[in-house]
Amino acid sequence: MDKAAPRVAIRVTDLVVGFGRRVVIDHLSLDVVQGEILGLVGASGSGKSVLMRSIIGLLPPQGGTIEVMGTPIGSASDRRTRAIAGRWGILFQRGALFSSLTARQNVQFPLREALTISDRLLDEIANAKLEMVGLSAEDGDKFPAELSGGMTKRVALARALALDPAIVFLDEPTSGLDPISAGDFDALIKTLQKTLGLTVFMVTHDLASLNTVCDRIAALADGRIAALGTMHDVLRSEHPWVRAYFRGKRSLMLQPKGS
Amino acid sequence: MNEETQLASAPQLIRLFSGNAVELRPSGAWIAANAGALEALTDAAALELRQSASLRINMAGVAEIDTLGAWLLEKLTRQMTSRDRHVDVVGVSEKDEGLIAEIREVNRSVPLAVERPGLVADKLEHVGRAAWKAAEDIAVFLQMLGALCSALLSVFRRPRSLRLTSLTYQLYKVGWQAIPIVLLITFLIGAIIAQQGFFHFRKFGADSYVVDMVGILVVRELGVLIVAIMVAGRSGSAYTAELGSMKMREEIDALSTMGIDPISVLVLPRILALVCALPILTFFGSMAALYGGGLVAWLYGNMSPPIFIERLHDAISVTHFEVGMIKAPFMALVIGIVACSEGLRVKGSAESLGRQTTTSVVKSIFLVIVLDGLFAVFFASIGM
Repeated sequence: MDKAAPRVAIRVTDLVVGFGRRVVIDHLSLDVVQGEILGLVGASGSGKSVLMRSIIGLLPPQGGTIEVMGTPIGSASDRRTRAIAGRWGILFQRGALFSSLTARQNVQFPLREALTISDRLLDEIANAKLEMVGLSAEDGDKFPAELSGGMTKRVALARALALDPAIVFLDEPTSGLDPISAGDFDALIKTLQKTLGLTVFMVTHDLASLNTVCDRIAALADGRIAALGTMHDVLRSEHPWVRAYFRGKRSLMLQPKGS
Repeated sequence: MNEETQLASAPQLIRLFSGNAVELRPSGAWIAANAGALEALTDAAALELRQSASLRINMAGVAEIDTLGAWLLEKLTRQMTSRDRHVDVVGVSEKDEGLIAEIREVNRSVPLAVERPGLVADKLEHVGRAAWKAAEDIAVFLQMLGALCSALLSVFRRPRSLRLTSLTYQLYKVGWQAIPIVLLITFLIGAIIAQQGFFHFRKFGADSYVVDMVGILVVRELGVLIVAIMVAGRSGSAYTAELGSMKMREEIDALSTMGIDPISVLVLPRILALVCALPILTFFGSMAALYGGGLVAWLYGNMSPPIFIERLHDAISVTHFEVGMIKAPFMALVIGIVACSEGLRVKGSAESLGRQTTTSVVKSIFLVIVLDGLFAVFFASIGM
């Protein structure tokens, strides 16, 4: 119907989340457009993970509304939230692979729960997913304890992508990876986003991946979005924290040459 | 309107035959949500394709496609190409091109065939591995015993290196906090034995010997055994879980790298606390069991407390009491060594922590009972 206007995948309106008296997210509003990669940055403890966890329904909001693909999100036990859970995939910071299952079984788990298909097809799809994230079919027989950090992230991404979700949430996907693996992972996310038409919501501290992968960047400070836009826009923001983050010593590579 | 959209989204696979050539026209939503229907459709098509000479897939009618749908169609094309038949895929929409191209690359490697051993060989291998593991278990036990002795020796040489705070805390946890449950269980056991004794001995007028039975059984065997089993379940499992999760989070590696021996910091205070606590708990437990027996004798067996105490005095001697108490520290040592060495054998996963905790409890209860048997033989042969 409205092909021209960008469709919104996640709409957060006036969200308030807190623990006890402490307000972490303070009347925050944010739209994530379908098919984009949005990078969320913020100081440690500024509530990035809290925002992500409330969007996926793990934390109940105190006020405001969250809509994912047009469906309002309640708590994780809510039936509607669970129904939409099939349409998103989540990559947790430490992978959160089920340690009693092999890598392949981990990828198969969402498929097995949601669909009724033959075991042979399950194996084929799981192998296909593992290969798409850059692992080999042989790696599928390993248990999570036998995987390296980078491989764990890849298997977790394959599991997040198992049901071909419309939205993928990535919680610090490149943390703990060496720059080469982190670069590979960034490229992987970009490729998969293009081939599968994903919307990606990425919490990250990695300036390089913000620069190379993200279409838009949202900077979270004081419980609100302090700056939102392309890297170019965010670099021009006058918010003190955003300035410190993007113009600090470690972010010299982001500065335009000669300025 | 609504019906129409539903019709459009249901997946279909139209098959057109012209001579030996087949044209497939998938339409609708080829997505994971329709997986069951899609698999049936492609399986049926795969059967028919066996006879055909060439295949043409016209994707123009596909509304949506994801990895699963693309893979099912790719499987059909591979079935043909593997027999050197010609395949044409046309009408792929621009947005799906990347996905189709990606899927064309996956699952190309043929997995190495794993050689399956025969049933007999499999069983033999199993037995061999179990025997090997049993030998390893004994080695681990002896290793821990040795490490413990050397840690103890260094404590004797430098008494100040003993972790007194840790020892006191462990004593509080495995000794003091265990007293209520130990008292309750042993009290009940003593009462039950006395009740059963009166019930059955009364038939041949041997009521008064119930006191002998309760006394000797509790003081010599049951008191220490029950308490040891309870401590294995209560404190042994806690030791394994604590040390195991410390191992998982690399805390033990951190200790070693600081030049501190984990055995003397973590294991020695725990085992020493257990060795001190178990005899005390055994004493209290035996008293509670005798109290339970006496109470039942009074209320159920019509034997007044003074008579019960009098008969008890005749029935049990200090020797019986010693036999029970001597066993306690050895049982504590076995429980502590098994619990700590199993804790240190935990590998990275949560499953391994659970497995090791179970192993620890099962193994320490087993060893406690075996040890009790060996002591019975020993005491019988020296006439105690």
